[in-house]
Amino acid sequence: MQLSLNSFLPLSLRVRLRPIAFIAALLIAWQIAVSRSPVHILPGPSEVVGGIVDLIRHGLLLKYIVASLFRVTWGFLLAACLAIPIGLHVGWHRRAEMALNPLIQIFRPISPLAWIPIAILWLGVGDLSSIFLIFLGCFFPLLLTAINAVQNVPAVHANVARNFGLSPAAVVYRVLYPAVVPQLIVGLRITLGVAWLVVVAAEMIAVNSGLGFLIVDARNAGNRYDLVVAGMVIIGLIGLLLDLGMRSLERVKSLRWSYSED
Amino acid sequence: MAASANKLPETDAPIKLSADHVGMVFQRDGKTTQVLRDVNLQVAPGEFVCILGPSGCGKSTLLSTMAGFLSPSSGEVKIDGELVTGPSPRRIFVFQERGVFPWLTVEGNIAFGLFKLSRLERDRRIAYYVKLVGLEGFEKAYPSELSGGMKQRLEVARALAVNPDMLFLDEPFGALDSITRLTMRRELLRIWEAERNTIIFVTHDIDEAVQLADRVAVMSDRPATIQQIVTIDIPHPRDLSSPRYLELRNGIFDQLGLAHKV
Ligand SMILES: Nc1ncnc2c1ncn2[C@@H]1O[C@H](COP(=O)(O)OP(=O)(O)OP(=O)(O)O)[C@@H](O)[C@H]1O
Ligand SMILES: [Mg+2]
Repeated sequence: MQLSLNSFLPLSLRVRLRPIAFIAALLIAWQIAVSRSPVHILPGPSEVVGGIVDLIRHGLLLKYIVASLFRVTWGFLLAACLAIPIGLHVGWHRRAEMALNPLIQIFRPISPLAWIPIAILWLGVGDLSSIFLIFLGCFFPLLLTAINAVQNVPAVHANVARNFGLSPAAVVYRVLYPAVVPQLIVGLRITLGVAWLVVVAAEMIAVNSGLGFLIVDARNAGNRYDLVVAGMVIIGLIGLLLDLGMRSLERVKSLRWSYSED
Repeated sequence: MAASANKLPETDAPIKLSADHVGMVFQRDGKTTQVLRDVNLQVAPGEFVCILGPSGCGKSTLLSTMAGFLSPSSGEVKIDGELVTGPSPRRIFVFQERGVFPWLTVEGNIAFGLFKLSRLERDRRIAYYVKLVGLEGFEKAYPSELSGGMKQRLEVARALAVNPDMLFLDEPFGALDSITRLTMRRELLRIWEAERNTIIFVTHDIDEAVQLADRVAVMSDRPATIQQIVTIDIPHPRDLSSPRYLELRNGIFDQLGLAHKV
């Protein structure tokens, strides 16, 4: 079987099929293990699929996905719009970096989840506080990415720009900006992953919709572990899609330069 | 041995660049290093001068000072009789490290300094300099798709495209293999004979200096000063096995205190 498959399929397709085959094998193993287990410690894949179908039938799946994505989008975009310009400025001016660095280093290790009580106190239970938490989770990593990105711009580039007589504004948008874009894209990709982690946690406490809420609610309302695992699977799949989306940005030719360089 | 004082042979010749008593002291970690001490050099318009010296003696520092990227701790540099206070598009520096912009194509790099020109004139110059440095067919290529020698030619083309009266070249062929280096020297001489810019070329390669320059300024160890200026009175194209070539080359070897055998 393996042999005949190999000779039929081109190499690239075979390489792509490999992870899918592996996942399928795991699912089968999971199903077998669950059906043989004397105690019910985990729903099997079939029950999870049943749970997902249940959610779709009640119109909850799409509603919760949209609710979670809505919060992530706003929190992430707000953080990006603030952190990147600030980071670029701070990185460009050594003094600003020296002044702000201690503050950044103090705020950075505080998990966004530690802010939950304060978020609820300030913004109440609802979208705003979970957006705020995502914002916090994204802001500091993006700020540091932007600061580092500027500092990694070789001095040669800035000197060439000065040599050709560019105005300070032109130096920023013709040299500084293109030079940092590849690093920013990597930072944005990683941070979007963080945002997705934070939203689920935030929804467990601060709101009553979304995929995080689904998981807590399914457990509280009758130990529906099929729905709990269904929620986890959906979270994982959407996280994968978000990452694939960001990765496709890295492949844009004019943004890709640093990845192909030595 | 054609040694002269640190002045031009004819005292009433016009002077493009003059460095007078240039000294440079760096301060780092409370330690002061004197890199340049009383450097004097005068360069005529259209002249090709090589600055030759051991690695780390301060050649790049001297060149940066002459181009206006650094201001000297003592003494002054004048170009066309005016004190140099900063870099200018009239004189382009070709950096020792990679100076081409990796996010721009060959065309984009050459056009970098041409932002004040009309589109028509810009396209004309791009086409002309792409051809001059032999990069036809690579107009749309990114630097990562070019060889080291092609990148150097691109950087020279970008510099020439703004029609500078002076070029400062800091070991432009240092990272290339010896065969490419030889071709690049021939190309540079061909371009110089066509454009007649004043060129100051830094190198630590004695042969390179004697092959290219009208005059070679030999620098001492740190704190560096110009210990001798050698006029290379061989017309181009130079015969690398002629007695005069070997005589001049050996003279510089002796000057630098090097042995003739390895
Ligand atoms: N900004 C700086 N601060 C402190 N010291 C410096 C600075 N720039 C250069 N130096 C020192 O000055 C000396 C000369 O450096 P420079 O780069 O001019 O040498 P070079 O002759 O160009 O060497 P190479 O042939 O290796 O390029 C070195 O010892 C270097 O450490
Ligand atoms: Mg150098």
